[in-house]
Parts: sequence; C-alpha cells; structure tokens
Amino acid sequence: MTWATGTGTGTGTGSGTGTATAKRPRPERRRAAGADRERRLVDHGAWFLVLPALIPILALSVGPLLYGIALAFTDAQAGRTEPTQWIGALNFRDLLHDTLFWESFRIGLLWAVGVTVPQFLLALGLAVLLDQRLRLRWLARALAIVPWAMPEVVVGIMWRLVYNPDAGILNESLRDLGLGDGRDWLSGLATALPAVIVVGVWAGMPQTTVALLAGLQNTPRELHEAAAMDGAGAWRRFRTVTWPALRPIALAITALNLIWNFNSFALVYVLTNGGPGGRTRLPMLFAYEEAFRYGQFGYAAAMGCVMVALISVILAFHLVGRLRRGEDA
Amino acid sequence: MRTSGAARIGQYTALLGYLVFLAFPLLWLISIAFKPPRELGSPHPTWIPENPTLDNFRQAFDEQPLLDAALNSLVAALGAAVVAVLIATPMAYVMARRRTLLSRAATGWVVVSQAFPFVLVIIPLFLVLKNLRLIDSVPGLIMVYVVWALPFALWMLVGYVRAVPTELEEAAAVDGAGRVRTLVSVIAPLLAPGIVATALFAFITAWNEFFFALVLLKTPEKQTLPVVLTHFIGAEGVADLGPLAAAAFLATLPSLVVFAIIQKRITGGMLAGAVKS
Repeated sequence: MTWATGTGTGTGTGSGTGTATAKRPRPERRRAAGADRERRLVDHGAWFLVLPALIPILALSVGPLLYGIALAFTDAQAGRTEPTQWIGALNFRDLLHDTLFWESFRIGLLWAVGVTVPQFLLALGLAVLLDQRLRLRWLARALAIVPWAMPEVVVGIMWRLVYNPDAGILNESLRDLGLGDGRDWLSGLATALPAVIVVGVWAGMPQTTVALLAGLQNTPRELHEAAAMDGAGAWRRFRTVTWPALRPIALAITALNLIWNFNSFALVYVLTNGGPGGRTRLPMLFAYEEAFRYGQFGYAAAMGCVMVALISVILAFHLVGRLRRGEDA
Repeated sequence: MRTSGAARIGQYTALLGYLVFLAFPLLWLISIAFKPPRELGSPHPTWIPENPTLDNFRQAFDEQPLLDAALNSLVAALGAAVVAVLIATPMAYVMARRRTLLSRAATGWVVVSQAFPFVLVIIPLFLVLKNLRLIDSVPGLIMVYVVWALPFALWMLVGYVRAVPTELEEAAAVDGAGRVRTLVSVIAPLLAPGIVATALFAFITAWNEFFFALVLLKTPEKQTLPVVLTHFIGAEGVADLGPLAAAAFLATLPSLVVFAIIQKRITGGMLAGAVKS
C-alpha cells in the first residue's frame, strides 16, 4: 500500500491494484479485520432492506430480459389475433439471411469503433491537460460537462443546426476558410456516417474524460516527481508512470464505450433517422423499426439476442483481461 | 515540476482547440434560438444575431405543447428519482456492508445491465405494460425509469455507504438502538448528501431519456419533452429552425443547472467507483 516501494523506477507492476487500494483503503482493511463484526451489522434478517429494490429489478428487468429471449423463438407480432406460436430458431435463420440486418450490424461496429477510438484519444488528451495547472482550466472543465448534461435529443438537434446546408455554421466557416462551397453533410451517402460519428465523439467525450481524469488524479504526484528527477521527459513519464496506473480505467471505459455506442439510438435517430439510404442505420434503429413500425416483435427480439451475444463477447474479453492481471472482475 | 515555454504554448493551443470544439455547437444553438426568420434564411449566417428576438420561443410554445411536455418530464423524472433512491438506499447499504452471494449477484447485475441493448427489454416491457394498461401513462414510464436508474443509483450509494465508518453503527448498537433506528437516525443523515446527489443524477437521466418515452408514450399530450422536441422536425426532416433551437435550448436548461450542482460529486466518485468495483 505504500508508494515508497515503487518510486524511482516507476514501472510499477501492480499499479492498477495499487490505485484501488490508495483510493479506498477502508473496505479491504475491514474485510480482513472483522468479517464477523459485519455480520452483526447486517444479518440475515436484513432481507426486508433488499426486497424493495429486488422485486422491481426481477419484475421489470430480469423478467423482461428472459421474456425477450423467449420471444425471439416465437412469431410474436403486434396486433395479431391468432395466438403466438413457438417457431424454434426460425427467426435466427431468417436473420442470418437478412442482408439489411448485417449491413446495420456492420454500420453499428463501424460507428462503435469510429466513435470510441477518437473519443478515447481526445478524452485522454483533455484529461492530461485538465490535470495540469493551466489558466482557463475551469472553463474547459465546465464545458466538458455540458455534452454530458444535455439530452441526447438536444445534442442531435444542435448538430443538425451546425450541419444545416443553408443556415449551418459549418458550411459558412468552410466557405470563410475557402474550403469549398459546403454540402449537406447529413444527407450525403459518403459524409453521413462520418458526420454522425463526429457528433458521437463530441457527446461522449465528457464521461471518458472524467473517468480518465479521476484515474490521473489517483496517480501519486511523487511518482511523477521522482521520474522527473531521474531525467524522464514528458512522454517517458506518461509511458512509465501515468499509463500503467491509468490502464485499468482506460480498458474498462473503452469496453463500456464500445458497448454503449453499439447500442446507441437517440442521437442518430434525431440526426439522420438511419438515412441516407440506410448508411447510418445502427442496429438499434433497425430493431426499433422492425418492432414498432412493422410490429415484428419476435424477429426484433431475435436481433436483440444476437446483439447481446456480441456484447457478451466484448465483456468476456474485458473480464478475461482483468482476471489475467489478477484483479477482482 | 517545471514546464518549458514551448510545452506551455503547446498546452494552451491544445486547450483552446478543445474549448472551441466543445463550445461551438452550443453557441450556435443559442445564436439560432435568438435569430429572427429573415436572418435564418440569410446565405451568410452570422454568430451574433443582428436583431435578437424572443419570437422563436413564443412560436415554439404555439407550435407544440411544450408546457405539458415539460410537466410530464418533470413528473416522470421526479417520480423516478424519488422512488429509485427510496428503494436503492437500503439495498446499497446491505451491498456495501456485507459481501453475500446476493450483493455479489447484484453487483454483477449492475455491470450487465450497463450492457443491455434496450430493444431486448423494451419489447417484453411494452407487452407487459400493455397488459397492465400502463402504456401511454406516466406511471408506467416511471416504473421503467426506476429500474433503469437503479444500477447506477446502487453504484453511487454503495460508495457513499462505504465512506460511513462502521464504528458509528456499533456505537449506536451498544447504546441499544435497533437496526432500523440505527439506519434512520445514524446512517441516513450522514448519507443525505450522497442520497441527494444520487437522486439528482437519476432525475437528469430520466429528464433526458428518449428511447423508452418514444416507445411507451403515444398520445401527444402525455409525451415527455425529448419526444415532443422531435416533432419540431417534420417527417421529411424539414424543421422550423428558430423555434426548434429555442425549444431545444429551454429543454437543456434544467439538466445544465442540476448538473452544475452535482458535478463535483459525480466527477470524482461515480465513474471511478464504477470502473473499480
């Protein structure tokens, strides 16, 4: 737990767990010291404390999830009079041949990676800047929170106004800079996806920045100072001190961002509603249309299952990564 | 640590770049919200409106039932925040104080619930709420929001409970206070700031939420603000820009104010805690 041991070299091996202990020493110590003491504080009679939350969770979250998986194996449709039939894996077979679905899946992956990677790099840069003593830092901090606090619908509307071919500031700025006569970014077949990706990056940067900044502020200053005294430059200090300590948070937030972005809906719904010609039709938009426009509940549920399966793979990679480094998953 | 002059210049250039990137869409939204129609049609839009006007705001209220929508949003968000915190606090207490199978399962569920594609949950929920005749009703939406807000509410609250020393509870037990008494009169007051922060966070997420509201609310008078905002954008994607910007700007103000209040609390704790447990 003491930082003195790791200083000097700075290539601290267990620095990931180190930050965790430095942050919250209490639970660990308590667990070691008095497991039976805890038992007296919360005994088996504490069920009544748990039930108020447990019942709605089971009824409105776990239950529907299982029901949703079951629906994927039926021909459930909206407003159908004859009873729903169990049809086995038929929906999944159809999905396999549904080129539109796989196209949306491909777009979903492009979008998720396209947003997550630049967002991470930009957020890392901003977090490092905000960790320095700079003037205007407060303003950047305040602004960095804004996209987070805004409703996604408003973010979408706002960027529509920026991209607007006539009244938008983007085209006007480009004209001012002499960079062409501007275009309709959100309706162009080639430009639509990059244009919505920029919005995704903008909208998600704050959360990533805040997570990384929290990680940075948990790295002890002494390590930096020691490394600086050993003559390490900024890049070297980043690579040997900052990054090892930041890595667990960076990996976790990246995995979550990939999943969140893959599942996103509101932003693109408002910006392009999947257009032009399906170029920005994310899986969630596709599934939403399938379910609530065409009423194909069973089929849309099957899509949901396939998405869950993919997400589980990402989560599994993430958990395996953590376990390999010997952390609590 | 000293930083060289060149490095400083680099840092400030980068910071300036971030400031521009983060601020310009918002400034543009505000600019459009205050522009008269003639300036919006101009081929060379300007940042500062030449003849700023409030007409867009008036027109926004004329075009869509914004007040009703704001009221619906307020009821849904308040309801979700209060109920979520009321039922999450006791459970968070148990999760923080005792590592049972249950609290481990709950932690696992919190992680997994972050990854749900909502579509898999919304179809069954839609069917269940329809059978309960809770489609198209704010109470039905509140139920969904409560469960949806629970994971991060639990997550935040567990952190706050862990910060309360167990010694205080032991002292209360020695003095002869029962469990409920201890919880209500010793723990709850100490947790109060954390509970308020959690409730405010639940409030904003519900206030901003779109997908569930879009699916579950059909009649225009019952819809929440984000759903009503999308009505400003016509079927062909054509929008009356001024009123759209004005309404969007108004819808953001409550979240911005609430976020400004709780920003410090969330910034340090929530995500770092989330990432570590």
